[in-house]
Amino acid sequence: MTSIYSADGANLACTVVEMGPCTVTQVKKNEGKDGYDALQLGFGDRREKNTTKPLRGHFAKADTAPKRKVAEFRDFDINKELGDTITVDEVFVEGDAVSVVGTSKGKGFQGVVKRHNFGGVGQSTHGQHNRLRAPGAIGACSDPAKVFKGLKMAGRTGGKRVTVDNLQVLKIFPEKNLLLIKGAIPGHKGSFVIVKK
Amino acid sequence: MSELIQYVEQQTARDIKGFDFFKTGDTIAVTYDITEGSKTRQQVFRGDVIQIKGHGATKTFTIRKVSHDVGVERIFPFNCPALVSIKNLKKGRVRRARLYYLRDLSGKSARIKEKKFTKKQDPATKGKKRKLAWTWEEQGVYK
Repeated sequence: MTSIYSADGANLACTVVEMGPCTVTQVKKNEGKDGYDALQLGFGDRREKNTTKPLRGHFAKADTAPKRKVAEFRDFDINKELGDTITVDEVFVEGDAVSVVGTSKGKGFQGVVKRHNFGGVGQSTHGQHNRLRAPGAIGACSDPAKVFKGLKMAGRTGGKRVTVDNLQVLKIFPEKNLLLIKGAIPGHKGSFVIVKK
Repeated sequence: MSELIQYVEQQTARDIKGFDFFKTGDTIAVTYDITEGSKTRQQVFRGDVIQIKGHGATKTFTIRKVSHDVGVERIFPFNCPALVSIKNLKKGRVRRARLYYLRDLSGKSARIKEKKFTKKQDPATKGKKRKLAWTWEEQGVYK
């Protein structure tokens, strides 16, 4: 992350995202066997050696090098053919509101206060001394005589697919395919994200 | 730092080479815009630089002055668009990069000795001694 100044002098925290060039690796059409309109885009190169044979064939159809990541975008409003490249300035303009999908940072085994925003006990009197961050009761008595499935408890936190909506595009650097997004986005540095308009 | 972030910071950095070069310990006068409602006026903050910290887009400097026996500190980002001008009024001779000790001093002891002249570097010994940064370029600013 870094920060830039807006026109009225406010300092805005922002994230730099490299957005391409992406290659169209598959075109799906509503007519035909696919049944819906979509574009599959590939980003980043990987070595042929590390690509499975079926995937190699898939990328060979689009006449590109094997791609590191592929993602499908339904009802893409720009018409592109198989093998075409898409740059950031074809899709986004400054001021757009975008959604960013990424895998959040893994936080390990965490208690309920961090994992589910429980309040904790918050009192040090009335008999409390060693349960400031405890979850409290997890159920009733001999009826139902069990703990319900899906009850919020401690456990592995983070490392999940997260979508953040309504982030603003502050700036675009078409020469390097960079997008400057206001605020933070899910995931650690260098991770892959999907940016939707 | 990622080279992409560095690229963005280079592109969005403001040009500060027109400002006087200063270091920690110098006395400077900063003129900056203040917006009150729809009106904009300029104000001058004059004091000692007690620290320069950070790098790139988040590089800042802190100035301290004593106003009516009350210490006042202000932090300015180098990138701040409200900065109008910076004048270096006095070079100070200090032995630290961050002059936090000034906060505990007052009156005569809180003064910084002035550096009256700087030693010229002899070409023969050039490169052997530690190179000191004397311009914004040498300090690694982008613009």
